[in-house]
Amino acid sequence: MTRSWIILGATSSMARAFARSVAERGDRVIVAGRDMADLKAMATDLALRGAASAEAMRFDARDPATFGPIVQKAELEPGEINVAVFVGSMPAQAEIDADPALISGVVADNFTGPVRFLAEIAPLLEARAGGTVVGVSSVAGDRGRISNYTYGAAKAGFATYLSGLRNRLTRAGAHVVTVKPGFVDTSMTWGIEGMFLVASPEKVAADILKAVEKRRNVLYTPGFWWLIMTIIKLVPERIFKKLSI
Amino acid sequence: MLWKTTDYTGWGRVHRAAGDLARPERAAELARLIEDSPGPAFGMRRSYNDSALNDTGRAIDMTRMTKIRAFDPETGVVEVEAGLQIGDLLRLFAPRGWIPAAMPGTGFATIGGAIAHDVHGKNHHVLGSFGQHVLSVTLLQPGGRQVVASPSRNKALFRATIGGIGQTGVIVSARLQLLRTPGPAMRVQESRIDSFDEFIARLDASSQTYTVGWIDGTARGAGLGRGILEEAELTDAAVQPARGGLPVPVDLPSFALSPPTVKLFNAAYWRKVPGRGRNSVKPIARHLFPLDKLHNWNRLYGKRGFHQFQCVVPPASVGVLREILEKIAASGLASPLSVLKRMGDGRAGMLSFPMAGYTLAIDFPARQQAETLIAELEAMTLEAGGRLYLGKDALAPGEMIKAMYPEWEAWRAEADKADPEGQLITDMVRRLALRSPR
Repeated sequence: MTRSWIILGATSSMARAFARSVAERGDRVIVAGRDMADLKAMATDLALRGAASAEAMRFDARDPATFGPIVQKAELEPGEINVAVFVGSMPAQAEIDADPALISGVVADNFTGPVRFLAEIAPLLEARAGGTVVGVSSVAGDRGRISNYTYGAAKAGFATYLSGLRNRLTRAGAHVVTVKPGFVDTSMTWGIEGMFLVASPEKVAADILKAVEKRRNVLYTPGFWWLIMTIIKLVPERIFKKLSI
Repeated sequence: MLWKTTDYTGWGRVHRAAGDLARPERAAELARLIEDSPGPAFGMRRSYNDSALNDTGRAIDMTRMTKIRAFDPETGVVEVEAGLQIGDLLRLFAPRGWIPAAMPGTGFATIGGAIAHDVHGKNHHVLGSFGQHVLSVTLLQPGGRQVVASPSRNKALFRATIGGIGQTGVIVSARLQLLRTPGPAMRVQESRIDSFDEFIARLDASSQTYTVGWIDGTARGAGLGRGILEEAELTDAAVQPARGGLPVPVDLPSFALSPPTVKLFNAAYWRKVPGRGRNSVKPIARHLFPLDKLHNWNRLYGKRGFHQFQCVVPPASVGVLREILEKIAASGLASPLSVLKRMGDGRAGMLSFPMAGYTLAIDFPARQQAETLIAELEAMTLEAGGRLYLGKDALAPGEMIKAMYPEWEAWRAEADKADPEGQLITDMVRRLALRSPR
């Protein structure tokens, strides 16, 4: 079966690992993001790793004008259309507290940008009656914590949207996987203190691909984060508000 | 964040460093780093010693620079970024009929590291060293100057870069000539060897492309030098693909590899191959990278770490090799990981390790006794006209290393020219005083 993947935020560590895993099994890939020089090099790399085709396109979560051309390109792709959203940004909470103007960028990168793109491409998945949307949210979206609650709130919004989109697309035979990674060894987390049980992007990518194949709804990766977050969610708010985790 | 402040070690975990590491993921980030804050680059840090350390300084971790830039399926020429691992190159291209022409004992080594140490593999006596299959190297030198070196262009720089321990510029990418393979597997023939003399005779007589000997470093007397000879050829025979490995989750206590356990293990391992020999077909990676099954196997030696002694001696000095082995066996300090191999004269750089003869590699847990023994073995190697390996040795004095590498001064001149301010100097280069003082 011909499968095409549209990968947004493709230059991130996790997206690169995921793009390579679908390329190696021969899927078609469109990688989209802002760094066109790196995306073009990436497309060459993916084609040489086995992708049936690989192309670079511009996607900027803060510039909805970049969305339409990708959707139009996807309409020309043969077979099953799949979308993987790895877009996101995480400025330090202290920076945001010092400059609240940063909030609209965080919300655009993690929530409104991806959501608007998915709204524009959803009819195509419905028309093809198949395909999967992978949306990368975060364990940070499960509960607002002092260390990154703006980012967490945007990711929570994204997860809620994905839940609704799943509800909608399932009627057409398409599927949505919500991914909640814990700590992953990416350039976003490089050098941040207090990280533990850090997973490699390759491990997370492999988990995501398995979840797509098994049509899982919500994936915590690595799996033990489900347990950690279940416990964190159970802490009563009157106690939680005093914690700094 | 750009810089991560961290402690890190070489593979042997004896030498340690603390410093700031940057890990670029894109070409533009890497270029900016080398322009703004040059430092030595390293890959997976599979060198046993301090070759990939820069204590108290900055360094560039290349492990996320892993793109394949070009491949010609007709000629087998591939261009890759320096952080790509040899095992990945093998995995990706073997199904298309091409493999790296020279592969070291681990698939986790990066292309950049393989170039910087001019690594060799089990087929060295036939196909030479890794550097001999490098068509060109792209370097970024401190200040951001990009230079391409090849056997025909910037020749001296090329010869100083291959095996040049990262001192001529950060290796960004390389064009490699891959080797044709009939299939993704190897036909392996294992033979039990009873003595040192038999081992040397069998290594000399072997007509196979991939040849390596596992040697029981604890056997003495009549059994001195006993082991298993593994001879292999590439094949198109069907084989199950290699599976993923297992981690060593914790540092083992130091008694895990104590003399009695090693002796027992070695005897059992030797007897595992029947007297009449044994044939099998294995995936290439399984045969060439046997220890990669056990991730972080360096933890087997406990937190004090270990040394690997590796020397090569010319054929005329085979008697010295026997004396070295006798000394090791008498000490009772050897570990199970001991390798004997015939080596050809193939080398591509001024500081390349290989020379025609025999190479012996043996691991020792890092203890005072072992270090004293290794110092003696090193002196014997020098006496025999042999050489120590810069990817492994952590103990030899600088004067000894310089005496073993006749092109050292020419190399130093090229390194000083490429990096006049010494911004690429590593702990090993400092320890051995290989660069000009500044």
